[in-house]
Amino acid sequence: MADKIFRVNMADLTTSIEDIPADWAGHGGRGLTSTIVSAEVEPTCHPLGQNNKLVFAPGLLSGTAAANSGRLSIGAKSPLTGTIKESNSGGTAAQLFAKAGCKALIVEGLPKADNWYSLALTPDGVTITEEKELIGQGNFAVVQALENRIEGKHGLLSIGQAGEMRLASANISIKDPDGSLRSCGRGGLGAVMGAKKIKFITVDPKDGKVAIAKPDAFKDANRIFAKALVDHPVSQALGQYGTNVLTNIINESGGFPTQNFTKGQFEGHESISGETMHDTIKERGGKVKHGCHQGCVIQCSQIYNDADGKKLTAGFEYESIWAMGADCCVDNLDHIAEADRIMDDIGIDTIETSVAMGVAMEAGVLPFGDGAGICKLLTEDITKGTGIGRIIGNGAGSVGRAFGITRVPVVKNQAIPAYDPRAIKGIGITYATSTQGADHTMGYTIATNILNVGGKVDPLTKEGQVELSRNLQIATAAIDSTGMCLFIAFAALDDEKCLPALVDLLNARFDLSLTGDDVVSLGQHILKTERAFNTAAGFTSADDRLPEFFYNEPLPPHNVVFDFSGEEIDTFWDF
Amino acid sequence: MKISVKLFAYFRDNRFKIKEYDIDEGTTVGNIVDDLNIDREEVGVLMINSRHTNFDVHPVEKDILAIFPVIGGG
Repeated sequence: MADKIFRVNMADLTTSIEDIPADWAGHGGRGLTSTIVSAEVEPTCHPLGQNNKLVFAPGLLSGTAAANSGRLSIGAKSPLTGTIKESNSGGTAAQLFAKAGCKALIVEGLPKADNWYSLALTPDGVTITEEKELIGQGNFAVVQALENRIEGKHGLLSIGQAGEMRLASANISIKDPDGSLRSCGRGGLGAVMGAKKIKFITVDPKDGKVAIAKPDAFKDANRIFAKALVDHPVSQALGQYGTNVLTNIINESGGFPTQNFTKGQFEGHESISGETMHDTIKERGGKVKHGCHQGCVIQCSQIYNDADGKKLTAGFEYESIWAMGADCCVDNLDHIAEADRIMDDIGIDTIETSVAMGVAMEAGVLPFGDGAGICKLLTEDITKGTGIGRIIGNGAGSVGRAFGITRVPVVKNQAIPAYDPRAIKGIGITYATSTQGADHTMGYTIATNILNVGGKVDPLTKEGQVELSRNLQIATAAIDSTGMCLFIAFAALDDEKCLPALVDLLNARFDLSLTGDDVVSLGQHILKTERAFNTAAGFTSADDRLPEFFYNEPLPPHNVVFDFSGEEIDTFWDF
Repeated sequence: MKISVKLFAYFRDNRFKIKEYDIDEGTTVGNIVDDLNIDREEVGVLMINSRHTNFDVHPVEKDILAIFPVIGGG
């Protein structure tokens, strides 16, 4: 089936299917969402207004048999940061979009009537239907109701109450193979979907399949690629402990932000660690290993049960556990799991919201360590849209402004995640220069600063950090275009067969003759495209800085500050 | 002299989380790893007092040695 662009105009409730413009053809995933947003969205537009567009794109290899190729990218101008935004996630949707022959879905305009809608995407196009029953409901109720309403297997993307209220931390949830949820978490894309009054999108590819230009070469390349992933020890540890294997090592390194970024180590780290989580899951009959999409050979997800053996949450990630745990000083993993489940249900970013809770704790809204209080605020205030609920739901920056707090860990108004940039300096360069606000996944220097993957760069010195972040951000932009999970990068950094096999997969899928250099050029092109959008939206190098307190408040135990000058940070863009 | 040794992830299986060790002067980090029957190839990260270190370093009194397998996440 030839891939097409599917377009929905919510202003007049019309839909169309278009051929792919020649200069979009080589793009997928993040490269495509950023290319489309740059081409069609006025950079100075209001993110929740009529001129913003919400773009969904599966990766170049999504829908094929390639291992770990099930990531879906969603892009728009972000209501949280005001920059261009791409947020990607697993779940089943990416593969189904690709199988339906949809290279990208572009949703534009705002409806004139005060109605809510759903979209149903099939190979024949998109149908818009008015939705009443599920408005005001959380994501799990949407998943359940559609299981009963729709026959057969379908992909599902939905927003919870946070997206309906257009809160700047609202995410878009994607159903996984077991009916749990993954999230395009960062940057408030759920608010853009809410502004367009779309409660959910279903995807049914019917009997659609992705065409492979050279099936034998594809199979050969996939065999090598999957073996490289499976054989890498990082993949094995991810399957056993999940991403939360990081809690103890980041804590040990002294870069584990604690009590709203005032310390680098958390006394209660052991009780929220991956090791404890693994034992608890086993004791309670949960699932240690779980894949968020078909074809994942790493299986870093899990199902975490409560003390009664009932499923509490799934896809319980290190950054969520850190944010609610160390940053808010909560050492009770069950409280953290409960809060994770509530945030999945109301559809709000676990990183942004939990860091916002940490700032709210500093402001005296609730005490540090109050896990039950976090759950209550989520259920009674954010879900219901009270004043304090909306202040927290609009992110860490919003809480800081509302309460006059200066220690607010954000870059471009997006919360800094689980690695302190004073004690792990490479990640500080990534936070500062990322085109999308503070985001560890944009250039994950932790691999090389802490984990000794892809070489070693001392986390506490300045030497080599800008170059490390640059190389990783370029590679990441390219990987995010393929539909591959970013966790392939650990194998790609260490195993010389991995990256060539990925390039061979692309070549076999589309009958191309790309080389490794082309992949680097693609990554560079994407970063420059995104930066040009931000510049046109009014951002300058003065925005590529960390908050003031990182430069003048030493972080124990190493008692270090972030000490890169503006000029040093700006050399990031020398390529 | 006395040091503390901390183990993480599956290195804890049939071993320990933290243990005090009495070592002779001249003992290297590598000697301690070998003594624990941990394959050096499986070691991803070594830290002494929260700073990265290597197999050849000699720990001193009161040092805290942390031994991690190859792990990742994000």
